[in-house]
Amino acid sequence: MALDYSKKVMDHFINPRNVGEIENPDGVGEAGNPKCGDIMKIYLKVNDADKTIEDVKFKTFGCASAIASSSMATELIKGKSIEDAWDLTNNAVAEALDGLPPIKMHCSVLAEEAIHTAINDYRAKHGLEVIPMEKHED
Amino acid sequence: MFVYMDHTATTPTNPEVLKAMMPYFSEKFGNPSSVYSFSKEARNAIEHAREQVAKAFNAEPSEIYFTSSGSEADNWALKGTLDKALKSGKGDHLITSQIEHHAILHTAQYLEKYRGVKVTYLPVDSEGRVNPDDVEKAITDKTALVSIMFANNEVGTIQPVKKIGEICRAHKVPFHTDAVQAAAQLNIDVKDLNIDMMSISGHKMYAPKGVGALFLRKGVNPENFLHGGAQERRHRASTENVAGIVGLGAAIEILKGRLNDDKAKISAWRDKIIAGIQNKIPHAKLNGALGEERLPNNINFSFIGVEGETLLLDLDAKGISASTGSACSSESLDPSHVLLAMGLKHEQAHGSLRFTLGRLTTDEHVNYLLDVLPEIIERRRNMSPLWEDYLKSLKA
Repeated sequence: MALDYSKKVMDHFINPRNVGEIENPDGVGEAGNPKCGDIMKIYLKVNDADKTIEDVKFKTFGCASAIASSSMATELIKGKSIEDAWDLTNNAVAEALDGLPPIKMHCSVLAEEAIHTAINDYRAKHGLEVIPMEKHED
Repeated sequence: MFVYMDHTATTPTNPEVLKAMMPYFSEKFGNPSSVYSFSKEARNAIEHAREQVAKAFNAEPSEIYFTSSGSEADNWALKGTLDKALKSGKGDHLITSQIEHHAILHTAQYLEKYRGVKVTYLPVDSEGRVNPDDVEKAITDKTALVSIMFANNEVGTIQPVKKIGEICRAHKVPFHTDAVQAAAQLNIDVKDLNIDMMSISGHKMYAPKGVGALFLRKGVNPENFLHGGAQERRHRASTENVAGIVGLGAAIEILKGRLNDDKAKISAWRDKIIAGIQNKIPHAKLNGALGEERLPNNINFSFIGVEGETLLLDLDAKGISASTGSACSSESLDPSHVLLAMGLKHEQAHGSLRFTLGRLTTDEHVNYLLDVLPEIIERRRNMSPLWEDYLKSLKA
């Protein structure tokens, strides 16, 4: 099936930002599973003083929209406080990419989930309350 | 560079074929069913095409029925045969395989749902082959039809058609084969191979889209699928696609004339690509059978750690058209049913790529593919957490 991706999706797919891993990360989160064909792993480096995300990297197995969503989501949370980063919704990721095909919206959900898991990983390690995760209907 | 490596999806209409078709649009446009002499040219053209198709498969012209597509031929064979068997009370059982094209699988599912037909979906081995013994074991006195494809469209594995045909003949069960992929590449003799019904499609063999045919051995008479006028000797209504039919006949005649040369040339390229990928890309798994048991033009690999749609877009950016069994390129969430039936894990099926060669292929294309593919795979693997996990699992 020929999918019509926006120019932004193609840009973030061809040249994804923030690809890789962080050594000794402060938080790690993974979402998806190989059965569905998408796995996203997010690594965070968090400034303990002001609780901002100093650096973020990702590794993603999945289609073009999964890679583009990871790239865009990491761009959007870099430099943000962990509270603001938590509030990043999948719709905001999709909008920032100038939209995703309806059948690919789950890729943006995956980005939101991976970020939430990574932030909760950080919070748990630092004695902060773990925030309940919202389950998306997908 | 435009490198078309998806000849299994469709082929370009041969310019010679197009030339043969042209007069039947605006000049010799008569309705073949009309009485006056003007329409006779169209009628004769259809009968000539019927002879061309029949000759190519060692059938009789009276055994060839033109359709709008391979899918229509498959629908006709299955629904028409089962409808007749149900009506006469002679049977309600269909045997097919898990790796059929959706034109067969979804038709079988329709028959289950709306006609109460019992369907056996035979499994395949790890190379995608149906075991003829399984066919024999599945046959009961209620079996109305066996339908097993000639060669698989995704992995190219050629099925033991002759043996299956023999078994069906011995049990007096009609045998249909979807030869949509095989007909363009292999010598098929319907008499020698014990085939009772066979579907073919024009656009897979350098004829246009919108035309196909069903071979029905003399005495094999499924109920009509399309009702209406008396075309195709009262077996398939609707005014004939004269130009398309002329194109199908011309394409098959040309194809059969050069089949052995094409086969030798294309299978040499196929083997070069397979060997090249195996040499240059670690952990690449070839899917499907080897050598003579594989369609000459088919290459199918799983690249662990990467996802197929990603690879297709990277290849497209380099000018290469290919195909994948990944769910990401389809409307469903499940990857290729063929690869899963062969026992591949979901992530292996998601990471599959298919290249199918043909008349547009050149030496230059083959070398170019082997040049660019390793880099693409390596780059995407380095972004993948699955690849990382896989490498760790190898060390463990």
